[in-house]
Amino acid sequence: MIETLNFLIFDNLIYILAIVLGVILTVAYLTYFERKVIAFMHVRMGPNRVGPWGLLQPFADVVKLLTKEIIFPKNANKFLFLIAPIITLATAFAAWAVVPFADGMVLADINAGLVYILAMTSLGVYGVIIAGWASNSKYALLGALRSAAQIVSYEIAMGFALVGVLVAAGTLNLSDIVRAQEGGIVHWYMWPLLPLFVIYYISGVAETNRAPFDVAEGESEIVAGFHVEYSGAAFALFFLGEYANMIIISALTAIMFLGGWYSPVSGDSWIAQPSIFWFLAKTSIFLYAFFWLRATLPRFRYDQIMRLGWKVFIPITIAWIMVVAVLKVYNIGPWWN
Amino acid sequence: MIISPELFQQIIFYTFATFTVGSAMAVVSVKNTIFSALFLVLCFFNTAVLWLLIEAEFLAITLVLVYVGAVMVLFLFVVMMLDVKQAKASQLKQSYTKAALLIAAAMLVELMVLFAYKLSGQLPTNELVRQEQGYSNVTELGMELFTKYVYPFEIAAVILLVAIVAAIMLTMRKREGNKQMDASKQININPAERLRVVSMKAEKAEGRSQGEES
Repeated sequence: MIETLNFLIFDNLIYILAIVLGVILTVAYLTYFERKVIAFMHVRMGPNRVGPWGLLQPFADVVKLLTKEIIFPKNANKFLFLIAPIITLATAFAAWAVVPFADGMVLADINAGLVYILAMTSLGVYGVIIAGWASNSKYALLGALRSAAQIVSYEIAMGFALVGVLVAAGTLNLSDIVRAQEGGIVHWYMWPLLPLFVIYYISGVAETNRAPFDVAEGESEIVAGFHVEYSGAAFALFFLGEYANMIIISALTAIMFLGGWYSPVSGDSWIAQPSIFWFLAKTSIFLYAFFWLRATLPRFRYDQIMRLGWKVFIPITIAWIMVVAVLKVYNIGPWWN
Repeated sequence: MIISPELFQQIIFYTFATFTVGSAMAVVSVKNTIFSALFLVLCFFNTAVLWLLIEAEFLAITLVLVYVGAVMVLFLFVVMMLDVKQAKASQLKQSYTKAALLIAAAMLVELMVLFAYKLSGQLPTNELVRQEQGYSNVTELGMELFTKYVYPFEIAAVILLVAIVAAIMLTMRKREGNKQMDASKQININPAERLRVVSMKAEKAEGRSQGEES
């Protein structure tokens, strides 16, 4: 029993450290990747001064942010002002606990994994609301209200899309959801759940407040939204949280709709072997799509965002859950294992 | 390591139980309403941890998802928008305290009666039944809800749906001069009706233009 306890504490600490460091490093190079991708789409060079091809740029940025002064606005609530970025970051990292990177390569293989993910992503809104309120600034409060309303609205569409996955896989355990998609690209849930797949990803973009859904930080209207009063390390935490959320949305889309760690081809050849690289490759596709969307689409108007979430996505998801249930019960189609 | 798993569990239980009770008391005793709402969030969190300890992981996560992730966000929204002034000690009347104590005492007695007489047969007397590894209480809960308790479950769902529709109906109002946008109208606009493109030769300004003035 005591060995179990030791295992629980020390081994898990090492796993947690590995995941957190991995996510932080990925975030660092994601910012570099984002600037390069958008630069090429704008026919520019992007960062190319610090290190070879600008590869050390993320570290230069981190050092710059950490050495800057943290300014507290007048009459701001200091405790809440400081705790808000921590909440954003902590919830973004906590969701990684149940993400299966490869078969058996998961920190906590819990049965209610899907609900846990939903719970953790819905907690991120607290960081935004508290930051907006504690800043004692009207722009920050307006940005926080916009962001919170947007996150709450899109969470419903997102939840319904996950219900579709749940119906298809018959389990809430993320590893089992991936295992249910074994056997090549035909068995991936992106085919029977195509509308839910698209809606989940778009809702994910909206939920992370990324372009084209970034009215929460609409520079032309409310300066920079909820984090306008933040500087230095506190701002860096918000930044880290936002990018960690983007990675988790991409990873979850890969897990639930693109068969996680499985190869698109079936068989015994080396390319058909399931491995973490498939998972990482699929995640990267969706990360790239984030930047692609940002460089392509202009910002939506606020009422357009709300209309899309409530009047388009939610009805489609509800209808498609019925369709999936019929497909599953009568075993229609080549995709069910 | 000297502490045994049982002791470890006890320590966790009492730590989080203390936090639960403490934050629940803070909800009603702090002056700032925002902190009140945030302490309620903390209270829900600690309750969820206590539920995890009795292996009710689905319920614990659902508590966080529904109450912390949805209900309390809306609470916080309202509290922030209301801009409530911080209550001063002089505003709290003595009569309120007496009434509150009376209600609290009545509730305590009711609870004690309930536990002592009504539920004494149902409460587990000794240790909690621990399930073996791999037992999924999500599956178990689903089976129970959709077989044994299917009618109460469906009726509760319909009541919630009615409540949602009622809430939307109550807040919906027609106003004069409301410039609500109609997306289908916006999309089906014919540009030719709005904009006339004329081809004309470039004109040279005659007389004084702005540039010459300055």
